[in-house]
Amino acid sequence: MSAIESLIGGPQPPAELLLRDVHVLDPRAGIDARHDVRVRGGRIAELGAPGDLEREPHGVDAAGEQELIDGGGRLRLLPAFFDPHVHLRTPGQEHKEDLESGTRAAAAGGFGAVIAMPNTDPVLDSAPLLRSLRDAAAREARVPVGFLPAITRGLQGEQLTEMAELRQEGALGFTDDGRPVHSAGMLRKALQYQRLCGGVLSLHEEDPTLSRGGAMHEGAVSAALGITGIPTVAESTMVARDAALAGYEDARVHFQHLSCAASVDAVAAAKAHGWRVSAEVCPHHLLLTEQDVRGLDTRMKMYPPLATEADRLALIEGLRAGTIDCVASDHAPHARDEKEVPFEQAPMGSTGLETAFAALHTGLVLPGIVDLALLVERMTAGAALYELPTPSIAAGEPANLTLIDLDAVWVAGEHGWESRSENCCFAGRRLQGRVLLTLAAGAIAHRDRALAMVGAR
Amino acid sequence: MNHLISIEDLQRADIERIVSQAERFAEVSDREIKTLPTLRGRMVLNLFYEASTRTRGSFELAAKRLSADVVNFVASGSSVEKGESLKDTVLTLSAHKPDAIVLRTPWAGAAELVSRWCSAAIVNAGDGKHEHPTQALLDVYTLRRHLGAIDGASIWIVGDVAHSRVARSNVLAFQRMGARVTLAGPPTLIPRGIEELGCEVRYTLDELDTANVVYALRMQHERMSETWVPSMREYAAWYQINGRRLAPHQTLMHPGPVNRGVELSGEVVDSPQAVITAQVQAGVVVRMAVLYELLAGAREPRPAPAAEPVAGGRLA
Repeated sequence: MSAIESLIGGPQPPAELLLRDVHVLDPRAGIDARHDVRVRGGRIAELGAPGDLEREPHGVDAAGEQELIDGGGRLRLLPAFFDPHVHLRTPGQEHKEDLESGTRAAAAGGFGAVIAMPNTDPVLDSAPLLRSLRDAAAREARVPVGFLPAITRGLQGEQLTEMAELRQEGALGFTDDGRPVHSAGMLRKALQYQRLCGGVLSLHEEDPTLSRGGAMHEGAVSAALGITGIPTVAESTMVARDAALAGYEDARVHFQHLSCAASVDAVAAAKAHGWRVSAEVCPHHLLLTEQDVRGLDTRMKMYPPLATEADRLALIEGLRAGTIDCVASDHAPHARDEKEVPFEQAPMGSTGLETAFAALHTGLVLPGIVDLALLVERMTAGAALYELPTPSIAAGEPANLTLIDLDAVWVAGEHGWESRSENCCFAGRRLQGRVLLTLAAGAIAHRDRALAMVGAR
Repeated sequence: MNHLISIEDLQRADIERIVSQAERFAEVSDREIKTLPTLRGRMVLNLFYEASTRTRGSFELAAKRLSADVVNFVASGSSVEKGESLKDTVLTLSAHKPDAIVLRTPWAGAAELVSRWCSAAIVNAGDGKHEHPTQALLDVYTLRRHLGAIDGASIWIVGDVAHSRVARSNVLAFQRMGARVTLAGPPTLIPRGIEELGCEVRYTLDELDTANVVYALRMQHERMSETWVPSMREYAAWYQINGRRLAPHQTLMHPGPVNRGVELSGEVVDSPQAVITAQVQAGVVVRMAVLYELLAGAREPRPAPAAEPVAGGRLA
């Protein structure tokens, strides 16, 4: 219903690039081969056989030449990733992150676009605030940003936001992320109202009567540590309930950050009914478990909490089978002093934009658990779920690309972060796979320092 | 040992060494002059974020018996109420260069955290519902004196396990000393997964007569924000240790303070089977032994705390 662009980013000069002999991998286009790729005026102009294309002049009076980056047949060129779930903390919590630093982190992680959550201060729940945020994004964002305003005013779960007006102002959909819509009756009204305004309803699933007071997964580790646990049924019962509501109203819902086997089962059952549901999973839930919380490192504290190994394996299987549609980082920055407190006092959340691909490549692709092509598919699939065009490597498409050195090994956080916050659950780990260059909406959004040495001339 | 954070960090030999040292200090306690010069010139800082008269008093007495200087810092009425973070409080107090900090907080893992922020020896006097290691050590000491040896004994810990740091530390300590531990209590107060500590779980006291030692936990009204049992009356009907349930051969323990008529009936508190007063006496000598272990003797200079904890390991 909205005529205006849903994604909005800052002004950047369109890229002029010749990517010579890069290994192009675009699973949807069926490309997995070495090519030369020319980016002209921010669009993919042509793909050629490796070594066939030459630099073209461009610019005023054709005085400049396209930048040449040599992939040596080794560097991978992928469609830029899409992250449907990040916290950019603006407005109100700019000490944690802002539009510029958050989208810089996204670009550094190979993401060409992100969707920002509304649990800011004030909550993104009105059209004027959405307008001002989009204006700010048009000035500051390194990669295009879409916004999901709140389902209920102030995330209070009591009164719907003006969803139709918000959609006209560019809302991609709605979410009360950070909190569940606890009342089934309230959620049902939002699902019904979706028939008027459209837009995906994204759901953070948590029954607060089951999770209250909890700081980590309920199980052997929480019992040993004497920390109140959050049972997996706090999530899975709400997934099942809301899937049934969506089925009844024939509404479109998206389940955020699945964390346990029972939730994967609930989504699979909903899909088997033909209900219009989709789901995302975060790298930390695919790679870490409650065992990683034993040391009470507050970077391991997030909602939903890291669960058991069996849950982790079920999430991987769900991602492979397509029950889970896409990967989302749930990038949740917090300032150092906010996280440098006892575990039970610490806020929930881990940053993740800068490590998402490398962590999953290291933890799932290298051991042969997930194909690289499947991972790329799942890291770009979020766009279509929000009715946005999927980045594609084909002539004529806008340049949404990420160039990756799959052999590069680095220690997460060793040279700091692009994000304003450093609360990354993968910090200190050796990761393999480094983003060298990201093009978002036709412009260069990130360029790794190492690129000068390995590729650029 | 640099710190006493958790019983998990201790081997049986460590526990035995501390308990034996406590036994030597116990002889001094019976003398007319009870003070030893061992820790003269050392400073022990008691930093308490929770109300506690017994534990704090016990630590204070233990430090004074060893001639250490004691400073008490209680969270209420201090900068903590003005919003100062734990880290800032610890860094500020560290400026006084305490040799040991005795720390009680309502947060699991706080003692471990503080040990990274300053160079003092940290004694965990209770971190949330996690651990209370000196309580476990004094209980081992008491039982050893009472039973001779703990090896092979069957110990039942009864009551509100979920909110009890004493239960966690004691399960670990009693097991280290060779006992078999059973946890019993209402299903709402036994955390899911606790049996992975290696103990048995029971929801009734039907088999209580198999125990050599019955360790009743306090029903902690002050920690209960929700309804965990239908009523104290019903709790008492099913789980109270009373003259009918306690067999003559059994030893009765309790960490105090006792709710008479709730977890224990008055008659068993006053019975000769109860060693509750002995536990209190043991508190001082065991805490003397802990301070001695951490502070006395020719020790290497304390290493500076690590600048930044590094998450280790590779991915799965």
